[in-house]
Order: sequence, then C-alpha cells, then structure tokens
Amino acid sequence: MTLLEVDNLVKHFPVKGGFFTGGGVVRAVDGVSFRIEAGRTVGVVGESGCGKTTTAKVVLGLETPTSGTLRFEGADLQTLDAAGRRRYRRSVQAVFQDPFASLNPRMRVGAIITEPLVVHEQLARGEARERALRLLDVVSLPERSIDLFPHEFSGGQRQRIAIARALALEPKLIVLDEPVSALDVSIRAQILNLLRDLQARLGLAYLFITHDLAAVAYMSHTVAVMYLGKLVEFGPARAVATAPQHPYTRALFAAALPSHPDERREDVTLVGEVPSPLAPPPGCRFHTRCPVVMERCAREEPPLVHTDGRLVACHLYSPTPGVGPWQPQRAAPGSLTSPSFTTGGAP
Amino acid sequence: MTPLLEIDRLTTRYVSARGARVVEAVSDISFRLEAGETLGIVGESGSGKTTLALSIMRLLPPGARIAAGAVRFEGEDLLAKSDGEMRRLRGKRIAMILQDPMASLNPLFTVGDQVGESLRVHEGASRRTAWTRARELLTAVKIPAPEARVREYPHQLSGGMRQRIVGAIAISCEPRLLIADEPTTSLDVTIQAQYLNLLRDLQREHGLALIFITHNLGIVARMCDRVAVMYAGRLVEIGPVRRIFDAPAHPYTRALLESIPRLADARARLTAIDGQPPDLAALPVGCAFHPRCPKVEDRCRREVPTDIAVAEDHRARCWLAAR
Repeated sequence: MTLLEVDNLVKHFPVKGGFFTGGGVVRAVDGVSFRIEAGRTVGVVGESGCGKTTTAKVVLGLETPTSGTLRFEGADLQTLDAAGRRRYRRSVQAVFQDPFASLNPRMRVGAIITEPLVVHEQLARGEARERALRLLDVVSLPERSIDLFPHEFSGGQRQRIAIARALALEPKLIVLDEPVSALDVSIRAQILNLLRDLQARLGLAYLFITHDLAAVAYMSHTVAVMYLGKLVEFGPARAVATAPQHPYTRALFAAALPSHPDERREDVTLVGEVPSPLAPPPGCRFHTRCPVVMERCAREEPPLVHTDGRLVACHLYSPTPGVGPWQPQRAAPGSLTSPSFTTGGAP
Repeated sequence: MTPLLEIDRLTTRYVSARGARVVEAVSDISFRLEAGETLGIVGESGSGKTTLALSIMRLLPPGARIAAGAVRFEGEDLLAKSDGEMRRLRGKRIAMILQDPMASLNPLFTVGDQVGESLRVHEGASRRTAWTRARELLTAVKIPAPEARVREYPHQLSGGMRQRIVGAIAISCEPRLLIADEPTTSLDVTIQAQYLNLLRDLQREHGLALIFITHNLGIVARMCDRVAVMYAGRLVEIGPVRRIFDAPAHPYTRALLESIPRLADARARLTAIDGQPPDLAALPVGCAFHPRCPKVEDRCRREVPTDIAVAEDHRARCWLAAR
C-alpha cells in the first residue's frame, strides 16, 4: 500500500540580491517524484546541495512546496482541512542527526518523550508517565531514565530518547535525517538495528536520509539518488548499491570507502565540484562532471526511464527518437569501461 | 636504521584546575613509523587519538601534560627540544592537516599569502618567491586556475578547495611526516575520494610518511599500510592493515569491523557492540573494554592486559592474544 506519494515536487528559495550581486532562485528541489510504501524504507542519498534535506522538510510540513503534490494515504495534503492536517502531522514524525541539539536540556526525559502526547491528546499526567515508561522499554532504556535530564545520557542513548519521542504518537512514517552520523562508530550498529527491529514490530515506514552509502544499502528497500535537486536514479536498494546505472550513482558508489583493503572499486573519480543550485547547468544537471557526457546532454534534460528494474534519468538509457534503443555514443575520454555499463545489465 | 618516528611508552594526562581530576588520555603508547609509510590511527571520540597527535606535535592545550615516555623523530627526542626548536620543526619537518579547513585558514589573508607563509618563515623566501611557489603548490594540489586562486580569500572557495589549500600549506616545506586528523570528515563523498587520491599522490611524489587519524575504518582500508586501534587512551592493537582486517586479535577491533554496514551486505542484522565507550575519568578496573567484551574472563576484570606480540609486527593488548 502506498503511504506517501510525492509527485513532481518543486521547492525554490528566492535569494535576495546582495550589495554587489543580483538576486536569484535556489532550485533546491526541482521536480522530484517518489513513493513510500507502508512498512518500507526509502533511502535518499546525495551530496550537499542535492535537495535531500529540503525534500525531508517538505514531507515533514516544515516547508511549503513551491509546486507539486503530496498525497498521504491517497489524500492530497493541500486539500486537507485543519483536522486532517493535524492527523498528518501525527502520522509523520522525525529523528534528527544531532541528539545533543534536538532534546531540550531543561526537560526531563519523561516530559520530552510525552510532550507530543500532551500536545495532541491532552493526556493526564499519570497516564503520560505510564506511556513514557512503555516507550522507554520499546527503545531499551532503563525505567529510571524517565526522571533524568538529557545531559546525563550518551549520544546513542539520546538518540534512543529521540526515537521514543518520535514513536509516542504511533506514527506511520518517520523521517530519519542522518540518524547515526553524529554517533560513535561502535554505537551506530545498535541504533540501526533498533530502527530495523522497530520497523518489523510496528510496521513503520522510513524516509532515511544520509550520506553513508553502506548504511543506506543496509537499511533501505528502495534508494533514491539525488543530484542538484533532481532524482537521477530510483530503484531497489540492493540493485542500486551493487550495480548502479546512472553515471553519477556509479561515481558516488565508486567513491564509497572499501570495507576491506582488498576490495577494489571501479575507478571513477569525478572532476570538479557540484555546481551552484542558483544556476544549475542546462540539460542534464550532471553533464558538467559526467565522465561519459554526450553532445545531447547539455541540451536536453533526460527523463526518468525504466531500465534494469529501476528508474534512471540519463540519455544513455533513453531511446533517441528515430535511432531506436540507445546507442553508446561515447564521446568522452577516460570513460567508464565496465561491461555492466555497456550492457546495462546486472553484473 | 632508526625509524622516522618512534613513540616510546608515551603517557599524556589532563589535569583539572586544582589537580582534583586526572584523566589519562594517552596511556603507555609505543609504536614506530618508517619513512614513507602510512599509519592509520583509529578510535572513537575520546579514545585519545587526537591527544596523541598533539603530543607528537607538542601542541597540547594548557592543562595537558606529557607525563612519561619519549617521542623520537629522526632520532632526536622531541620532548627535550625548546619551544623555539619545536617551532622551527613544525610546518617544516612535521606538518599537520586538521578536520575543519575553515578553522585552519585565516579569513583575512589571501590564499597566496597563507600558502607562502611557511616558506617565508622557515626558508626566508622573499614575498615574490613565496608567491611563485604558492602558485606551483596550488598546481600540485590540483586546484584549477591557480593564478587567480592565489589572490582569493578562503571564503571564496568551496570546502574541498579549502582543504586542498591546507594540503598545499602542509607540503610547502617538504616535510618528512604529515599528520592528518580526520581531514575528510567535513567533505562530501566524491570530494573525499578526490582528496584521498590527492594525499596518496603527494605522498608518493614526496616520499612522505603519513599518520591518518580517523574513526573511519574504510579510510584505513583504502589508505594505510598499518593500523593502530585505540580504545580509552590505550593502543589496543597495531599491525599491518590486511592482517588486522583478516585476523584481528583484539575483540574490540573484531567487533568494530563487524559492526559496520557494507555495501553488498547480505546480513540481516549488524553485530552491535553493547554498552558505550567508558568515561576516561572513571575507567573500569582491568581491561577498559571488559564490560563490553563478548569474551571477557576473570583476569580481564582484574589486570590491565600487557602488550602482547601476536605475530611479527602485530601486537595486541588482550589476555586472549597471549594464547
């Protein structure tokens, strides 16, 4: 069942002109569509400025989209009445990166995790305490935590508190924005395992945003790869991680660090840096850094097409009108040469 | 032959204002580094890896003191040197790259001034020579359009570019040893890959020895010849990277390697390490890892493990390694 359907989402931020510079529009998210199924995880990867955090903020209702629609359980969010919006906000919760910043240092843990209940359900104090204890148990924190303050906990424990708070309203979707990036290496696996257990137990859906490619492959059912506000590849996590198709995805996963000294990755090092989202390149936004750029890429924006069990936005996979299925019109020096790339199949 | 760097039973302590609390951030650490070699030092926050680097550089903050041991660089005892002698060494023979490039660069000076500064200070180069060298160094760290960049200020550059500038400063006087403390943590994945390639190229060209301080075992797998694992101020295992990844002798190293998700991971669950790193001010008795160790024995709760040779060039501080 589709829980959340994001259709052609656009979020632009107008920038005021400075003293010396003109104004402009930051195209943070520019026509992104995807779906989140109930009980499943969609991972979003991409580098700074790709629009993954903006997408998350729109889903959380913290930003209003410039255009595009979000449908939650079939209902268009824009047409919802006040009660409907309140229901949506209950159903979608968030866990953020830094548990040192996301918990109020002056509140006791019990009050932190039951605050959503107090706001949404006007819960009585005794009942709130009971719910708090149950939530602490769900995230495996000791009962006595309820009367302590956040500073009395380590990073991993604080992230458990943040998860307990997110669970308080029994949401259907949790947005996880870099939930383990601020934690110690030995603690990350605990939290990732906890999140997977909770998903299995409570049927939660996750929108998992991270730059950690191995963590996204481990946690997600589906992976969305974003570049400069666009979705460039969307498909099953295993397939995207082990046989990426879009040249950007290939470069991204090739740049992922090995888990063993003998592990060899494809040697694709991208030149240059991500262009400014104030003035994204015309055509395919990746063409300025693409190792297999073709003449067409600078002119036409590639649509998302089905290939190899996923969606890819690249002219290598889109049929040229009149030419039939794509021809490898390779123009660039130092191009990718692995066989999976020329056949488009899995290795 | 004397090694390039030799750390011998080094201990560094932080002492609170009235001496009430003493924390041993680096505890009885010994290792050697040969010329041109890359050593990774891995550990979590608070494991003492940065304090170790600062002890080698003699850049410890007030309140921290080297309590015992020796640091020998090219056969000379660094701990016996005067502050002036250390200043002449730093940036010239030993250079350092820190995590946040914005904090290492001065926002009020141009790139050219900052890249050339070491040359002017250490080698008495004229301003003009220093600028010419600065342009060459920018080319060496693969910055496009170096003629224009030398005149720019740090805020005009991207994060990856700034970290390259820091790299150019570090190699400007052709040091023998470069200590990089989490140099790529603030960079994006593809920019990180570019930077690691650059460091490797520089190392090959200049025959640099490299100490890579990181919490990321992936960087170690990609970059290092040998790896030292730190836990709670102690060096718990050291050896060749391949050997440590294939046959770790310390349960902490093993657990760390198993807890990390891999790209082609078919495991249903990650093997998590229970508990959390200890507070250095209240270390457990015996082995500091024993409360989290899956193989804990009675002896571990009583006695601190000694440094045990597991194989040639492979040592571990674990009682199990003795068998």
